[in-house]
Amino acid sequence: MVTQKSPYPYWFVLPAAIVFTVLFLVPTFASFWFSLTRWDLFSTQFIGLENYAQFLREPFLIQGTINTLIFAFATSATKTVIGLLLAVLLTSGIWAQGFLRTVVFFPVLVSTIGIGITFAALMHPTNGVINVALASIGLPGPGWLTDPVLALYSVIIVDLWKGVGLATLIYIAGLATISQDYYEAARMDGATRTQMFFRVTVPLVRPATVTVVTLSLIGGLRSFDLIWAMTRGGPGFSSDVLASVIYKQYQAGFYGLSTAGNVILFALIGLIILPLTVWFNRREVDL
Amino acid sequence: MTRRQLYTGIVSLALASVIFILPFVFIFLTAVKSKQDASRLIFSWPVEWQFWENFLQVLQTRNYLLLLAYFNSTVITVFAVTLLVLFGAMVGYVLQRRPSPWNKVIYGFVLAGLMIPPAVVPTIWVLQSIGLFKTITGMIFIQVAYGLAFSVLLFRSFIATIPRDLDEAALIDGATPLQIFFRVILPLLKPVTVTVIVVQSISIFNDFTNPLYYLPGRENVTVQLTLYNFQGQFQTQFNLLFMNILLVTIPPLIIYIFFNRQIVAGMTAGAVKG
Repeated sequence: MVTQKSPYPYWFVLPAAIVFTVLFLVPTFASFWFSLTRWDLFSTQFIGLENYAQFLREPFLIQGTINTLIFAFATSATKTVIGLLLAVLLTSGIWAQGFLRTVVFFPVLVSTIGIGITFAALMHPTNGVINVALASIGLPGPGWLTDPVLALYSVIIVDLWKGVGLATLIYIAGLATISQDYYEAARMDGATRTQMFFRVTVPLVRPATVTVVTLSLIGGLRSFDLIWAMTRGGPGFSSDVLASVIYKQYQAGFYGLSTAGNVILFALIGLIILPLTVWFNRREVDL
Repeated sequence: MTRRQLYTGIVSLALASVIFILPFVFIFLTAVKSKQDASRLIFSWPVEWQFWENFLQVLQTRNYLLLLAYFNSTVITVFAVTLLVLFGAMVGYVLQRRPSPWNKVIYGFVLAGLMIPPAVVPTIWVLQSIGLFKTITGMIFIQVAYGLAFSVLLFRSFIATIPRDLDEAALIDGATPLQIFFRVILPLLKPVTVTVIVVQSISIFNDFTNPLYYLPGRENVTVQLTLYNFQGQFQTQFNLLFMNILLVTIPPLIIYIFFNRQIVAGMTAGAVKG
């Protein structure tokens, strides 16, 4: 043996590391500095925490932050619950099961902008298919996207429609790993279907739940394109989230403020996801 | 199949048709209608079918902008996915095969890459200073940087299933590290490679936010950006707007038909074991 060089040289990592460092790590670290400045890409002026102060002061920036949390928690919770129920339904051997799985999953793969435009048309207050259908059975349809109270929730419903297929798919994979013996044993002990669901399925499908909750929370907090395609954050600022605030401030040329929004979003994700991950890991199931 | 399973299936299918299929039927019907017919936004059979007229008109809009967009999106997707496969496999390989204190650091970065939203304006600042802002090349590298974490994770867990004996046998035969990787390991990674290609292609092709920030301007337009721009322009021509949506929806549909097993594998990775 002439050399003891490893057959797994570290330079294999190098090309990836360069791209990742230059285009992801450098901007991320730089954002902490730029968020403390008034910045127009040519010159920066240090203004301390002024940008952050503005986020706590301006009503539309506060609303954007609150909306981000509402959007993330509402979409994550509904995707988790409905995703699990759909997965149980679609693994119970019902007729047309395979086709139904495809139908539920397909929206995940479709352009978010296309879906946003389509639903904006379906939710049109007077001519939209949804309100026309409601009117035909005598119900007054609301202004789904034009009512400031409702707009954010209408987008949440569409996000659920588009994303629940992924949660369902992850749960179907999780359910497949649960041994039938547990259900057999539960049935012998005289457990009802409801008891089996809560005592066997829910605890044993936990790894999938962790994945669904984490993925959908991160995705929800960062969500931008669907909201932008459907409402542009409107009416007013009623459906603005941090990601759309970041874009609007960028367009307006307030680069420092926009970057502060980025740092806040980053902090928000960290503050929510890290404790959640620790909590998920601590509560391993004992069987 | 019991009678109960049959009835539940029929009811589920009826509900799924209304909730999930109807919006797609709406896209299709509106896309083939005439201008006046489509502007009413109602769910109805087209008064007259104008599939070809609308199709050609959308293509010709703004001097064949959509064709340029398809070309750009394809170039970005093909190059970015190629690099993602190569880089992802190389990092995953070293990470899995060579335990060292550095691995923890790399894992930290991988998790950061999955979680942290990119800081957009500072990224534009970096791109400008290296001359890649508003360029297709810049967009390709951005997609590589953002997709790397996911690729590394998929490759790493797959490489764990390939026995080390193979590398050692090749090493004894005098193969260099590069030869071992490209001749022995990479060919065995085919299943996970297909998964990475399919999942990343769809996500890059459908990406809207990143081109919006990093590729402003007409000549570098992507498919999702044209759709977004047409939304403003076609406000009175819903038939053309929906024809555009239809054209953007078809590539993922075709990919799904051929690769649905790989898509499922990629999207559920990690669901089974934390």
